Amino acid sequence: MADNQEPAITEDFLSAALKTRLNATHVEVTDMSGGCGASFTSLIVSPDFVGKNSLKRHRLVNAALKEEIARIHAWSAKCQTPDEYAKEKAATGGNDGPPMDGTNAQGKVEGVTE
Amino acid sequence: MLTRSLFSRQLFAAASRPAIAPKAVSSAFRPVLFYQNRFLSDATRQAIDKAVASAPVVLFMKGTPETPQCGFSRASIQVLGLQGVDPNKFAAFNVLEDAELRQGIKEYSDWPTIPQLYIDKEFVGGCDIIVSMHQNGELAKLLEEKDVLVKGEEGAAEEQTEKKE
Repeated sequence: MADNQEPAITEDFLSAALKTRLNATHVEVTDMSGGCGASFTSLIVSPDFVGKNSLKRHRLVNAALKEEIARIHAWSAKCQTPDEYAKEKAATGGNDGPPMDGTNAQGKVEGVTE
Repeated sequence: MLTRSLFSRQLFAAASRPAIAPKAVSSAFRPVLFYQNRFLSDATRQAIDKAVASAPVVLFMKGTPETPQCGFSRASIQVLGLQGVDPNKFAAFNVLEDAELRQGIKEYSDWPTIPQLYIDKEFVGGCDIIVSMHQNGELAKLLEEKDVLVKGEEGAAEEQTEKKE
């Protein structure tokens, strides 16, 4: 935060970055920072994911947010195509969102500090 | 909720099996350079090659299977326990014990976070991918194909993968 050179990494910042860099049509970023540094989890919906397996999708996201991910403690993502997102939303009654695996009952990351 | 408590119970059963940490391999990681090195040295690459090949299923994690030091590593080891991965076909490397490994593995896999799972020397993914493959049945299928599950313990994993959280 004290660093004037680089923008602070926030939910909004990451959201905007994913929309421009990955053509994401829908993004939800949730701050799950607990006791061990900045942590974010995300749901990313982008047509760029069409025809790519899970690993390739995550690699796309990792590349798009290379600098940002390097500066935070933890990063989690769920990558869906617009079709998959629509289907899951319909199937779960609108209950689709960022993955919270790895967080505690309060949705925060616990672990060692850097 | 039910699924969660099943998760932890079975995990601990699995994690308390005699796992892991092959000493000969991990000693190759005694730090040469403490500070993070942007370029993966040949020595580090070779040591990681060896680690990746040390067992059919290899997890690079924070902490140990018995005592994971991070929620993502914990979730990943839980999934492997639930799936019934044979401890004799599994190795875990604690990146917190070695700065060279911790930085090196990120470059080696071109993957920015820990944990990282390898099956048959092939990079599978991190926690998000492990968990989603667990939920959609792909992981059970892959582990089955690679013949790395404990014999006679099928069933547990199959039942679990049908339950989507």
